[in-house]
Amino acid sequence: MFKKFIISCDEATTICDKNQYREATIFEKIKLSLHIFVCGYCKKYTEQNAAMSRFFNDYIESPCKGNKLDLVEKEELEHNLIEELKKSKKPGE
Amino acid sequence: MTEQLKHELNPDKWVKLHADFLFQYAVTRVSNHDMAKDLVQETFFSGLKGIDGFRGQAAERTWLVSILKRKIIDYYRKINSTKGKSEISMSFFEEGENQGAWIEAQAPKSWDNFADKEIENRELRDVLNECIHKLPEKYRIVFLLKTESQYESEDICNELGISPSNLWVIIHRARVQLRKCIETNWFKR
Repeated sequence: MFKKFIISCDEATTICDKNQYREATIFEKIKLSLHIFVCGYCKKYTEQNAAMSRFFNDYIESPCKGNKLDLVEKEELEHNLIEELKKSKKPGE
Repeated sequence: MTEQLKHELNPDKWVKLHADFLFQYAVTRVSNHDMAKDLVQETFFSGLKGIDGFRGQAAERTWLVSILKRKIIDYYRKINSTKGKSEISMSFFEEGENQGAWIEAQAPKSWDNFADKEIENRELRDVLNECIHKLPEKYRIVFLLKTESQYESEDICNELGISPSNLWVIIHRARVQLRKCIETNWFKR
């Protein structure tokens, strides 16, 4: 019956990740606690994961530097949009 | 009529006002510059078509972003349905006999200089975003929907047509890879 509680590192860290979004079940949390009791790596992962969540909260804002639309591309967007606008207006309007 | 501040749509100014913002949004999610540009264009077209349905409750940009989100979800469904597991992702856990245990070299290391490192946040932001950009596209889209857009899991599963366990496997793989990337590029410098 104890077998139910024994999980691999892969499973343990999956639960840990799920828990970052507060979506792990109680049974899962118990399994995770038991696992990190005996596993140093996953214990570390769990500690660091809390920090990671904090980073994500604070810093995801995604300026992908150096990847911008250039002027030609914008003109192209503009041009296509205007064409589409014309089409959408009925003739005689 | 109740005099509420209603937002208006000005398609003539869309490119000027919103193209950069929408492009940034798209290009952080899909891997490819041209694909991101196409998604922006399609967003504008769909916007034109849907103009009559606009009720003025959201700002123009918010409204356009919501259209773009749909486009990205459609895009995800498309790449997800083309089979073939060509996308190679790093493995972190053993296969076979020792299945599911950490591969020694990939296991978490201590973050010794954690306390001083956390303060320098400008650079951390850059490292983080770079690491996110290195994720495989499929992971990145799902990870950002959950973490940044804070979608409900159920909604993501419905929209993307994946199972809950599938969702968590993807999030898990993304986060394991991000942890490693941040460790290498931030804590080990």
